[in-house]
Amino acid sequence: MTKEYKTIVEISGPLIFLEKTEPVGYGELVNINLPDGSTKRGQVLDTSADIVAVQVFEGTGGLNEESGVVFTGETIKLPVSKDMLGRILSGSGEPLDGGPRIVPEDRIDVNGAAMNPYSRMPPEDFIQTGISTIDGTNTLVRGQKLPIFSGSGLPHNEIALQIARQAKVPGSEEAFAVVFAAMGITNEEAQYFMEDFEKTGALERAVVFLNLADDPAVERLITPRMALTAAEYLAYQHDMHVLVILTDITNYCEALRQMGAAREEVPGRRGYPGYMYTDLASLYERAGVIKGRKGSVTQFSILTMPGDDITHPIPDLSGYITEGQIVVSRELHRKGIYPPINVLPSLSRLMNSGIGSGKTREDHKAVSDQMYAAYAEGRDLRGLVAIVGKEALSERDQKILEFADLFEDRFVRQGRNEDRSIEDTLNIAWSILAELPEALLTRIDNKFIVKYHPAYKKNN
Amino acid sequence: MEIKGEIYRVAGPVVTITGIKPKMYDVVKVGHEGLMGEVIKIEGDKATVQVYEDTSGIRPGEPVENTGMSLSVELGPGLLESIYDGIQRPLKVLQEKMGDFIQRGVTANGLDREKKWDFKPTVAKGDKVRGGEVIGLVQETENIQHKIMVPPNISGTVAEIKSGKFTVDETVCVLTDGTELQMMQKWPVRLPRPVFKKLLPKTPLITGQRILDGLFPVAKGGTAAIPGPFGSGKTVTQQQLAKWSDTDIVVYIGCGERGNEMADVLNEFPELQDPKTGRPLMERTVLIANTSNMPVAAREASVYTGITIAEYYRDMGYDVSLMADSTSRWAEAMREISSRLEEMPGEEGYPAYLSARLSEFYERAGYVKSLAGVNGSITVIGAVSPPGGDFSEPVTQNTLRIVKVFWALDAKLAQRRHFPSINWLTSYSLYTNSLAEWFSENVAPDWTDLRDNAMDLLQRESELQEIVQLVGSDALPEDQQLVLEICRMIREYFLQQNAYHPVDTYCSFDKQYKLLKAISKYSDMATTALESGVPMKEILALESKDELAKVKYEENFDKALDEVLKKMDSEFAKLGGN
Ligand SMILES: Nc1ncnc2c1ncn2[C@@H]1O[C@H](COP(=O)(O)OP(=O)(O)O)[C@@H](O)[C@H]1O
Ligand SMILES: [Mg+2]
Repeated sequence: MTKEYKTIVEISGPLIFLEKTEPVGYGELVNINLPDGSTKRGQVLDTSADIVAVQVFEGTGGLNEESGVVFTGETIKLPVSKDMLGRILSGSGEPLDGGPRIVPEDRIDVNGAAMNPYSRMPPEDFIQTGISTIDGTNTLVRGQKLPIFSGSGLPHNEIALQIARQAKVPGSEEAFAVVFAAMGITNEEAQYFMEDFEKTGALERAVVFLNLADDPAVERLITPRMALTAAEYLAYQHDMHVLVILTDITNYCEALRQMGAAREEVPGRRGYPGYMYTDLASLYERAGVIKGRKGSVTQFSILTMPGDDITHPIPDLSGYITEGQIVVSRELHRKGIYPPINVLPSLSRLMNSGIGSGKTREDHKAVSDQMYAAYAEGRDLRGLVAIVGKEALSERDQKILEFADLFEDRFVRQGRNEDRSIEDTLNIAWSILAELPEALLTRIDNKFIVKYHPAYKKNN
Repeated sequence: MEIKGEIYRVAGPVVTITGIKPKMYDVVKVGHEGLMGEVIKIEGDKATVQVYEDTSGIRPGEPVENTGMSLSVELGPGLLESIYDGIQRPLKVLQEKMGDFIQRGVTANGLDREKKWDFKPTVAKGDKVRGGEVIGLVQETENIQHKIMVPPNISGTVAEIKSGKFTVDETVCVLTDGTELQMMQKWPVRLPRPVFKKLLPKTPLITGQRILDGLFPVAKGGTAAIPGPFGSGKTVTQQQLAKWSDTDIVVYIGCGERGNEMADVLNEFPELQDPKTGRPLMERTVLIANTSNMPVAAREASVYTGITIAEYYRDMGYDVSLMADSTSRWAEAMREISSRLEEMPGEEGYPAYLSARLSEFYERAGYVKSLAGVNGSITVIGAVSPPGGDFSEPVTQNTLRIVKVFWALDAKLAQRRHFPSINWLTSYSLYTNSLAEWFSENVAPDWTDLRDNAMDLLQRESELQEIVQLVGSDALPEDQQLVLEICRMIREYFLQQNAYHPVDTYCSFDKQYKLLKAISKYSDMATTALESGVPMKEILALESKDELAKVKYEENFDKALDEVLKKMDSEFAKLGGN
């Protein structure tokens, strides 16, 4: 096991190739001793009797044919313990906060095994984030994976932090533990998160993994796996409800692309590897609730869409895997609306299991659908008005046009620290729906109109 | 003596072996843990194997053993109500054996070996039996009688036949040549099960979904594709079909999709009632779940596992529906394996055989006379997930060349929560003509006219919308404004259907007909009124028209509709002209 090989025959990008080894296991962790005395780590990507390919996490800088390679005989493992809470670790799990090494209670393979679909419990516990465009129209539930699709320069970090601060399951006192993994973000951005965690005391209940912009890109491929391993450990061994924030998925995918290119693979769409869907799924699917276990893993990751293009492979493949997406809009941001969430392309696929009577309120679904329909039509009409003028609109259309403005102004817009209860959110919704002629409320059952429409409430 | 080979190379799910000479598609056991794999390429003294489990830690030099068998499924009583992975390992058994996370190296039989089934013979000693012939019956679930058939490639004379309780691998029948038959048979998944004859589909699969049944019906035994970008409604539509179709058996394949969606089905189906029999839906369902994070080689196999099970029930004379969500993930699994084999890539990196594999798969659908001499069908409905929602990509295009029904999902509709977000202008069904007769006999003689009329109006609406975009709707002549309003009614009152609404989730054909008829009635009366000079504004202001929007949600639909129609009559009477 401890045998050191000095048989590197080729170094290419983040990869090294060795020959004349004993049989080496696929995916094995590798330690590399550099001539200058430092060490690096890597992983076996391809192994045969003749040649072994290793990807080096810290990059191959400084490596040469003199470097010694030791195969550890095991796959990459994360030492875990409950004492990880409150700690700041590097992208590959080493302490960065000057604290002691984690004394492990266990060492877990970071790749995780797939959760048996038969063991899954469909997520259904409503998480109140205090943000109307999420709670009201794109409800998050415990165990869901719901990323933020944003663009560069948009306030996604603020939104993520506001959610991390405010998220709670009404009726349950327990706060979420947070696992935060930075992948290739700047030091400044990372500081922004850390300060907020410290200020609000969230850090005590957080495990932080930092792979920053100037850290090696290859390391990014394990950082989220480390984070998710820690999250699963806390959720399933220690019954905690864990909120995982991975940021930025786009940087992760870039690293993946870089690796693919280094391996001279046939690239898929726009140069990203053909297996990117499967690879991303191996991250996103590590969210959920297991029958008979108390904890849960909820993922709320951030992804910046290159060129604000939702059809770009990174958001596209993500959207095919995650249980919806919260889309941050440049247009709303320019209008000065915070949080600039555009509900139309946003979606929470698990919303229906988290809302309704006994969970939020019986009229929730209908109210949400109605607002979507009216807002979508209102936005279309804005385009039309620009051409034909407001006068050319029918009375009905004018009302719908006004609704779109009201929706953005009263429902979408809220304060950075404004923590709305779900009741507040639904009441705001009714107050703006009430501005529409009742006959237009075709999505809402009459029984709810009678019960919740302000016009009827006054008469009661 | 058994000859063992060894591993030469491991690269992800693809393992190269030497030292044995397997046949193509032989199942081999790889490594010390005996991971299951299938030979997919042979070159010189090496063979390439796709392994159905994670290969981390596997080393060159580890032993390899050939089973000599092709990848097969076990067919027999006990398939219904099961949930399997892509290679027919029951997920429930895997959970019992290794807990909540799937570890590798565990084998599990597709069918339970302990459970005894009550076998009632239908042949006697001395009877001649041919392949596919029924030799006995087993009550598999309350409503499904499982027919035990002679395997397709066997025939002979019954020397001995038993009756009573047996496990699936106990012999229940012996032929004079000594062949022993059990309730269970095995069949290689990549080989279609033979039928006596393919027939032309002639009855619709009734789905209870208005836009499908009404505008773009699929025939029992037909093929349909449902492409759409993420979040446009592929899965919900497939689940609606699995829930409400008037089919005997449902095979639902979650191919490279979400774990929670499968958990959802598992959770919900035992609670829901089959509209045909009133029994829990799970009793007619077989689930295959090879989710996105499960091994990709097993994902590739999952589609074949599913269709083989579907064929087996078809052979008994049942109507089977198979949903594959998503065929794109299946195609991607092929692509992943193919690129590891360093095969020459075709369009967008997919292997050149993509289109052949897709057509072979859809070709296994059909309405047939089985070897047992009974008619059965498999309707195949495949979801397609085009990257970026762009239908010009290879999987969508190759699929559309094969299937007869195209339900085009539209992100724009989904965004405004128009569900099902199936685009009525681009979708089509090539069965509308061949089913017309069935509709006029079983729904109403004027059904096809009503439908065609609605389609024409929607077509006109899209033309008028272009004008509206330039001048605004108020500038249109009144009769055209009326067309727009009628179309809005067709879209919102008829086409929109909420899968989550307790009443609206399923709509009988009778209700579909009455709803469309009611809209048509308003249209006719409004046209007459308009022609006789009643102002448009007054016609549009009728309360009965707005009330018609919500009758579909009413528990007592007929009564609610009746009231609305009466009100409509009296309102129009007041306006005059009618
Ligand atoms: N018929 C329907 N009725 C109500 N909601 C629907 C319907 N179809 C789709 N939806 C909504 O759209 C969301 C996405 O649908 P889904 O089928 O999961 O999309 P896809 O599989 O195409 O990604 C669902 O979570 C649901 O909220
Ligand atoms: Mg889906």
